[in-house]
Amino acid sequence: MSGAEKIAVTVTDIVPLNDLVTRFEFKRTDGGLLPTFSGGAHTVVEMHDGESTRLNPYSLMSDPMDQTAYTISVRRDDQGRGGSLYMHTKVAVGDEMVISYPVNLFSLDLRAKKHLFLAGGIGITPFLAQIKQLERFNGHWELHYACRTESLGSYVDELTEHHPNETHIYYDDQKQTINLVNLLEGQPLGTHVYVCGPKGMIEWVRQTAAAEGWPREAIHYEEFLAPQPGKPFEVKLAVSNKVISVGENESLLEAMERAGVDAPYLCRGGACGQCETNVIDYSGNFIHRDHWLDDEEHASGQKIMPCVSRFEGKTLVLDR
Amino acid sequence: MTKFTFPQSIKSRPIYGTLEAREGAAHLLVADAHGAEAILDVATPEMMAKAHIIYIPKGQEFEDRLRALKPASFYSGPSYSAAEPRLHKTLADARMGLQVYLTGTEGLMGQAMNAAMAAGIPHTAIQTEHRGSVARRMQCVHCKGITEDVETDPFVCSHCGLNLFVRDHYSRRLAAYQGVCIDAEDPGNVPESKGIYE
Repeated sequence: MSGAEKIAVTVTDIVPLNDLVTRFEFKRTDGGLLPTFSGGAHTVVEMHDGESTRLNPYSLMSDPMDQTAYTISVRRDDQGRGGSLYMHTKVAVGDEMVISYPVNLFSLDLRAKKHLFLAGGIGITPFLAQIKQLERFNGHWELHYACRTESLGSYVDELTEHHPNETHIYYDDQKQTINLVNLLEGQPLGTHVYVCGPKGMIEWVRQTAAAEGWPREAIHYEEFLAPQPGKPFEVKLAVSNKVISVGENESLLEAMERAGVDAPYLCRGGACGQCETNVIDYSGNFIHRDHWLDDEEHASGQKIMPCVSRFEGKTLVLDR
Repeated sequence: MTKFTFPQSIKSRPIYGTLEAREGAAHLLVADAHGAEAILDVATPEMMAKAHIIYIPKGQEFEDRLRALKPASFYSGPSYSAAEPRLHKTLADARMGLQVYLTGTEGLMGQAMNAAMAAGIPHTAIQTEHRGSVARRMQCVHCKGITEDVETDPFVCSHCGLNLFVRDHYSRRLAAYQGVCIDAEDPGNVPESKGIYE
């Protein structure tokens, strides 16, 4: 079976934080301890919703050393394929679910002299675990967190209460914005910057930091990519000798899994590269959404990341 | 000839590049002897306006030409050790965006690389270019003493007096190559010394 090892858990607490975000707590169903993890790790949550199965990654936000429970925060996306809506409307305390072992694609570089965190909206979640991790050994960090409004500022109160000197909050509706150039220019040598939030924010930080002469190795980012719905399409899987159709609300990876094909994956969010698949033949257009392949590979028509990317056209034959 | 093509070697041996001007909030250039030529090649007026040059001439006559580049700050000193307090202070006060350029002998580049890494710069982000002498900074693996500017193989350890074979095995931590006793089994049977790359 592909992906990280699974853990059977029970939902032990559900806390709505605001209009969009709800927090879920999981404990092991067998009463045992969960593995420790490192700040920035995510877990893949399995959702069995009628006929369809979704596996969505969510950042773990609890203390990485707390083995009694994991917590995640889910932002409701009314335009999405329904994974977050399922969590918000169908999941109840006491439900049994399956999650994956923690996987970290956004870990701290502990060689850094200082960690500069830039969060946008729900992008705050990995930083909550990283802050708890750093606090254990007196790590040097600073957080700049942009939210739409005060009422949508998840965890703002907790952060400003516990870490008043490290936390800086910006509200979009009050026209408060991060003075990024100024912030980056003032950082001592050995600082690493981490950004998690909407695509535009990540691009802005990466480009500004590069233009300011920051080393590539000191810029870390994680984008929450969920597979987007799209027009249904057909795919021929050459190795498995199957023709499958990908529905409007499922990803290519999910369609392969539904057909019983054991395709590799890890993050299911276009970041880790695990599901990279060779294209044998195609006639049509790829809708690449990952940030694993580079522009040249996207244009080549030879590779696709089935976790988030789609296809529109007559034929697509994959080496899977 | 101040540019030298090093022969293919083992993985631990450092590889040097060619300096290129990069965008940055400030520029720190550390060079010895013929490394000055690489600075003269890479310098632009924009870079020099925000540049700090630390230069160890080792008898070479480049200082006037380097000063003529009008760097924001210029220092010339008799040895790397003499320049070290200034280098450490510069790195301690530096902000992110600093670009580091190291050029000249391997010993100079290795030691300055160490200082820059300790200050928090990833080693892959530090530029280097070899110029001038191919002499090596050697560590005697027996007494741990460092002998600077070794040009011949084998050579005599300046600390313990053993006859040492010059290896390509490099330590980034020590910024030195390893020297291993060549006549341990048969004392006195030492091959004739020749240039390291002869």
